[in-house]
Amino acid sequence: MTRTLVIGGGPAGLAAAWAAAQSGQAVTLLDDNPALGGQIWRGHIPARYRRFLDPRITVQTGVQIHSASQLPPADRIILATGTRELFLPFPGWTLPHVLGAGGLQALVKGGLPIAGKRVVVAGSGPLLLAVAAYLRRRGAKILLVAEQAPYPRIAAFTRGLWRHPAKLLEAAQLGFGLRYRPDSWPLRADPGSVTLQGHGVLRCDYLACGFGLVVNTELPELLGCRVENGRVLTDPDQRTTVPHIYFAGAGSVDRSLLEGQIAGFGPARGRALHAARAAAVTFDRCIDIAFALRSELLSLTTPETIVCRCEDVPFSAIWPQRDWRSAKLQTRCGMGPCQGRICGPALAHLCGWPAASVRPPIFPTRLENLLDLRD
Amino acid sequence: MISLTVNGQPLTVPPGTTVAAAVMRIQPAFRRSVTGESRGPLCGMGICMECRVTLNGHPHERSCQLLCAAGMEITTP
Ligand SMILES: Cc1cc2nc3c(=O)[nH]c(=O)nc-3n(C[C@H](O)[C@H](O)[C@H](O)COP(=O)(O)OP(=O)(O)OC[C@H]3O[C@@H](n4cnc5c(N)ncnc54)[C@H](O)[C@@H]3O)c2cc1C
Ligand code: FES
Repeated sequence: MTRTLVIGGGPAGLAAAWAAAQSGQAVTLLDDNPALGGQIWRGHIPARYRRFLDPRITVQTGVQIHSASQLPPADRIILATGTRELFLPFPGWTLPHVLGAGGLQALVKGGLPIAGKRVVVAGSGPLLLAVAAYLRRRGAKILLVAEQAPYPRIAAFTRGLWRHPAKLLEAAQLGFGLRYRPDSWPLRADPGSVTLQGHGVLRCDYLACGFGLVVNTELPELLGCRVENGRVLTDPDQRTTVPHIYFAGAGSVDRSLLEGQIAGFGPARGRALHAARAAAVTFDRCIDIAFALRSELLSLTTPETIVCRCEDVPFSAIWPQRDWRSAKLQTRCGMGPCQGRICGPALAHLCGWPAASVRPPIFPTRLENLLDLRD
Repeated sequence: MISLTVNGQPLTVPPGTTVAAAVMRIQPAFRRSVTGESRGPLCGMGICMECRVTLNGHPHERSCQLLCAAGMEITTP
């Protein structure tokens, strides 16, 4: 019996584990969260997807994989490690009332009361609308959704949605009654407020701010999979450059579900889903074009702005550095407990540096865990 | 409901509440940065490490990835 290991229990990993179990493989599914569901569902998997929880799957939650030596033996590995938010440093972004957009949503899903709180949602991408709609349903007062993308691009994207009626309906329902403002982004945050481009100062309890998503490529890289331009390279069957390792997800939910199933079923049965995946990939490309980051955001980060929150490294200390490696050695930027996972993508954007290669462990671990690192 | 304490202050939260959400009910700040700034959660998903607290005497626990349990003692600087 083929032993398949799936890492990541979001839409992609759940679909992959289900498809693999359906095909008679012995499946183990690991995730570092307390419950399955990934970033979007966080333990509350919608009824129509609960069929993915095939009882034959061995599930382990609360397990973070940070080195190859931790992996149980398997014939096939499907990586479905998802995405995280991109944070761009601006003055005041380290204040406690400034959180990620998905970050604040995750905390509210984790039990933070938000009713009556004044929230500004800012940054870029379709996630802003989903977060604003969710927080409003939980009683928050959404003062504004500030989207950096220019109005003409958002208008063109919205016009294109008629080809996807379900998505148009979803967008209309999410956005109904929300103040959505393109061409606006946070210039600075001060205790209890945010100053927005084209809008001025808004007093708020929370600024929920993210500039899109970056793929969690650390584990695939650590296992030797080729990564280019922030994406894991895969063939049409979702196979990475390492023959027995597959990668799925990190796109929209539809695409992640399809990629997961293609990886889980394997080439023979997965091919039936290639056309549907191609449509989902095209839709994701339209999103990338509509919400591409404008060049003005490059001047958001002032010399005094802290770019590395772990080591409190200001942007001015980064200027003399040639690349990520020298920044790490000379300034300790990216050497703290987040291991560059917040400042790395920010500096890649600000300085145009490619991300540095990964060394185990990719997460800071307890000493006890380090002792059994074999690679 | 689950009873726990944050810096000695008693608190009850519904089951399924994360430690980070419990602390935020009481205060916005979780830790001091290396230069002494007050910091709180950023990512909510276990990546930024800004939500670290001392939990039952263990320092540097990522509070956004942990669920509250009865009798937990959480402290922040
Ligand atoms: C913070 C956030 C909030 C979002 N909210 C929404 C929303 O409200 N609506 C929406 O349409 N889309 C949302 N998205 C986008 C959504 O994540 C994608 O559309 C899609 O769900 C991706 O699915 P996935 O399975 O590829 O990844 P994810 O859902 O990200 O799942 C990946 C899983 O892998 C786990 N993992 C990663 N690395 C490791 C490791 N080394 N060891 C163990 N486990 C690991 C993660 O903890 C996670 O549970 C959000 C994204 C983010 C980052
Ligand atoms: S809030 Fe980022 S690790 Fe907990």
